[in-house]
Amino acid sequence: MTLNKEGMTPLPIEQSSTRERLIKKSPSVKGFFKRESELRGKWLIYCGALIIIIATVSLTLFLVWQGLRVFLFDGVNPIHFLFRSDWNPGDAKHPTYGAFPIIFGSFAVTALAAIVATPISIGTALFMTEIAKKWGDKALRPVIEILVGIPSVVYGLIGLTLIVPFIANHSDSIGYGLLPGMIVVGMMILPTITSIAADALHSIPNELKNASYALGATRWQTIAKVILPAALPSLLTAVVLGMARAFGEALAVQMVIGNVTTIPHSLLEPASTLTTIITLHMGNTTTGSPFNHALWALGLVLLTMSYIFILIIRYLSRRRTLS
Amino acid sequence: MRIQTVNRIATSIIILCAGIMVTIMLTILGYVLFKGIRFVDWHFITTVASTFNVGGGIKDQLWNSFYLLVITMVFTIPLGVAGGVYLAEYAPDNRITAFIRSCVEILASLPSIVVGLFGMLVFVNTFHWGYSILSGAIALTIFNLPVIVRVTEDALRAVPQEIKEASMGLGVGQWYTMKKVLLPAAFPGILTGIILSAGRVFGESAALLFTAGLTSPDLDFTHWSPFSENSPLNIFRSAETLSVHIWAVNSVGIIKDKVAVASGSAALLVIIILLFNLAARGLGALIQKRMTGK
Repeated sequence: MTLNKEGMTPLPIEQSSTRERLIKKSPSVKGFFKRESELRGKWLIYCGALIIIIATVSLTLFLVWQGLRVFLFDGVNPIHFLFRSDWNPGDAKHPTYGAFPIIFGSFAVTALAAIVATPISIGTALFMTEIAKKWGDKALRPVIEILVGIPSVVYGLIGLTLIVPFIANHSDSIGYGLLPGMIVVGMMILPTITSIAADALHSIPNELKNASYALGATRWQTIAKVILPAALPSLLTAVVLGMARAFGEALAVQMVIGNVTTIPHSLLEPASTLTTIITLHMGNTTTGSPFNHALWALGLVLLTMSYIFILIIRYLSRRRTLS
Repeated sequence: MRIQTVNRIATSIIILCAGIMVTIMLTILGYVLFKGIRFVDWHFITTVASTFNVGGGIKDQLWNSFYLLVITMVFTIPLGVAGGVYLAEYAPDNRITAFIRSCVEILASLPSIVVGLFGMLVFVNTFHWGYSILSGAIALTIFNLPVIVRVTEDALRAVPQEIKEASMGLGVGQWYTMKKVLLPAAFPGILTGIILSAGRVFGESAALLFTAGLTSPDLDFTHWSPFSENSPLNIFRSAETLSVHIWAVNSVGIIKDKVAVASGSAALLVIIILLFNLAARGLGALIQKRMTGK
């Protein structure tokens, strides 16, 4: 028999343990190592949150510092690095660090992929939400999920064994270049854009559509004049997210783009992107050499662009909530 | 042009878009599976990879992929669930919470190669762990963390508020309510998310190039001490995974049968990831059924 808190009436053992189990004392340091301590739970949760902050901040700081080394210690001019086209950091006597063709390649692949993927994605999203309202979503969600799940190296392998030989056979180029890069990355960002666009179109209130139909508008008029303008900020978010994915894509592009550091003059010419040059050379340059530092600087450009994409998405979602 | 005609043309174009989407999916899946499946047999799965000769398999790579996945999940699940619980239940509405949300958003949209570079800089070079399973697993943890955080937060928010209020109303504390009421109720959703993210981790390659490495020591599958050089369980050895292997045989490899090895590996990889997807759906639905009795 134990006494309850007030010490007045004795309670049966079972009842008191129920009471102890249910009524928690306020968190105290003493109870930290007890199994059901509220405080210990809180600590565990706060540690999880803290590690997210530490990972993000240290990742950013480490990469920024490492990326700046080539400018701070190796005397490379940042303006030269960003805007000149003489990338030859491996040269023993006169290494040059003009990375413009590489940066241009990244932007070119991203823009081309977005141009290819956006109409197909938004068309599919419209099909899911406006044309086949009953079964479109059910039928196409699994398609999107399968496309999302396929690893990027598999996309690269398809590009390498199917698309590159096809282009080589039907033109007088070697097959590697911007065109296969655009197709491979375009396929990869299709599911990203489609799923977000479909969510955006779903969230358009039905009253808007009904009002348009009630005025005698056709389905296309309703889509073009009511639905698309209403969903525009969300659709832009979808496209920017797709572009962010395209910009950071590494191995699939590396397998098909040809990795030549000159500016391509047509879609059939080989090119290179930030990610492909990093993957090609990072493993076989000496740590601490200027060439190695130049690669980290390319990584810094990639990181900066990722942050810019995040800022654009934030700006778009703020606009969305305001309207 | 008549309005009706425009409408009809536009509708057909939209249907065409959906058709293209389905065609692309079927082409990719069909091409990878039909081209690769004939190279996948028992010999392929149980033979070690060859550096020079024809006829190499993928035994070690397959093991590395699964082992790395397990180690990654050991790190990711507790951290990710804790982060999700924080954002769903504990987070006060202040600047720190907003900052944590931004961090999750940033981590989720960083390219995986950037995460790989960070792993190389800190774990491989600064901590001198070299190309190792541990470096790779931590890089993959950073890459996967935001997914688990979001999944957990969404699953917890989907639990009806009344259940939580009933528990709190009985005088049960916040942590105990979380552990015994909210997390079990959210479990099917969290599990589905974890298995789906496992598929993503399994296929990831860019984050692993510079952290887990492009090579594997000759694994001795009779030697299971985690501290031995050639032990499959050693976390300080380099480990080429299946998806990295596909890239490596095509880009830096010199074997003659690289098409066979790469196609076979790709087919196996896609099949395993499809199984992960099916398992996620199936298990989630099954547990939901068990728990609700419907």
